[in-house]
Amino acid sequence: MKVTIDGIEIDVPKGTTILQAARMIGPEVAPPAMCYYSKLKTSGGYCRTCIVKVTQGSAANPNPMPKPVASCRTEVMDGMVVENYINKDIVEARKGVVEFLLMNHPLDCPVCDQAGECKLQDLGYQNGSEKTRYEFKRREYEVIDIGDKIKLHMNRCILCYRCVKTAEQITDGRVHGVIHRGDAAEISTYIENVIDNDFSGNVIDVCPVGALTDRTFRFKQRVWFTKPVDAHRNCTKCSGKTRVWLKGEEVVRVTARKDQWDEVEEFICNSCRYDHKKKSDWVIEGPSPIHRNSVISQNHYENLNELKVNLLKQQKALGFMPIDKKP
Amino acid sequence: MKLTNRSKVVSNKEQSFTERLYLPGIIKGMAITGSHLFKRRATVKYPDELRPIAAVYRGQHVLKRDENGAERCTACGLCAVACPAEAITMESAERKKGEEGLYREEKYAKTYEINMLRCIFCGLCEEACPKEAIFLTDRIVDTEYEREDFVYGKDKLVEKVDKRIDVSKRQTLEVAEFKKIPGLKHNEVWKGNKLK
Repeated sequence: MKVTIDGIEIDVPKGTTILQAARMIGPEVAPPAMCYYSKLKTSGGYCRTCIVKVTQGSAANPNPMPKPVASCRTEVMDGMVVENYINKDIVEARKGVVEFLLMNHPLDCPVCDQAGECKLQDLGYQNGSEKTRYEFKRREYEVIDIGDKIKLHMNRCILCYRCVKTAEQITDGRVHGVIHRGDAAEISTYIENVIDNDFSGNVIDVCPVGALTDRTFRFKQRVWFTKPVDAHRNCTKCSGKTRVWLKGEEVVRVTARKDQWDEVEEFICNSCRYDHKKKSDWVIEGPSPIHRNSVISQNHYENLNELKVNLLKQQKALGFMPIDKKP
Repeated sequence: MKLTNRSKVVSNKEQSFTERLYLPGIIKGMAITGSHLFKRRATVKYPDELRPIAAVYRGQHVLKRDENGAERCTACGLCAVACPAEAITMESAERKKGEEGLYREEKYAKTYEINMLRCIFCGLCEEACPKEAIFLTDRIVDTEYEREDFVYGKDKLVEKVDKRIDVSKRQTLEVAEFKKIPGLKHNEVWKGNKLK
């Protein structure tokens, strides 16, 4: 099926959603997503950050869809034309969505462990407005310990349901979900039941904000002072392929590897995540790829060659001669 | 090879009688020295007398406390990442129950060090600070005998509760405007045991 997104045409199989098709083209047209997670079934449809305008429903029925649609839940039709970043209304509407998401968010980034790798920070920075217009009291909850390894800051939660879906699909026997409705909704472990499944730690990785954080890493370091390396070990429960965050010789935390959409490549077990905090436990493969716009790439020079190539390109475009090629 | 036009040819010709007396030369030199007695003095008597400095002079840092004496710094690390000289390091810790009067937020800086030898006093740390915790002041960093003494810890950086340092002149207009917005946690003060 042929679909055009922001003027770029792509052929996708039947049953693909607009978001997936956009991701196939590349990050320049892919809408941001806070709740959709390609590795989790039935995720998506809650946050509305991935809204797009469908200007032509299909080749058979070229009428536009009347309202912006959630691209993570809308399947493509043959001949569909979609506008994302090129449509001013969508950019404006997304700004409104971000404002709604941030309405009850405490903005305690200086305290939050997620700062620096938080999707809501990126989203707010790229699509939101600089100032808040909200003047009322934000909802407040007590900080809860979910077991001895996970901390739940309900204040920061944007109710994306990713952790609930993870608990449902990755671990057997879900022990946490969302209770209450609407404004009062909150993540709960049914009277603070401890999640003691081997894969429960993955809820930390799927959380796009700092609502679920690792207690073994709590306030240890800011992420941009640590150095991520890809490492592996022989694990009987999971693939053992992880990302180890180093500060000097010390392993400050272990997470799953994430791809360019900030989604976990392979879910890892709790034993890898929490119990192996020695550098000798791991076989280090090399520095993890970090996008150079990320604050984590600060003072890391893995992408030096890429930077050099970009610099040379810029210089060439401006008509500079590289220093070492000057006569 | 001639490099500049300012080179002089040195000669070793015999000095004349008046030149050998040296008196005209000495008198000429003394006249120059004497004329300086009546000119404006270039120096000040430093510890007693201070030169006027700009209102936004960037000297030794201070870590501020809020109105109730709680430390404002939450060890967010933005000053350290902004620092071009990499002079700032810190370690954070979690606030325990009952320490609300000591630390403003649930996380605080257990240690906070600035290496004054590395610091270039550019002021980017105070610009980066989201908590109005670090400011540069008009104080001059003291001289020391040992290099390690220039690594200032919290004992030297945090202001004393009874000896506050006024930084209102360094507050930018945007911040002053921001502080007028009601309902923001940043603008609240601990009263009793709650932020109000």
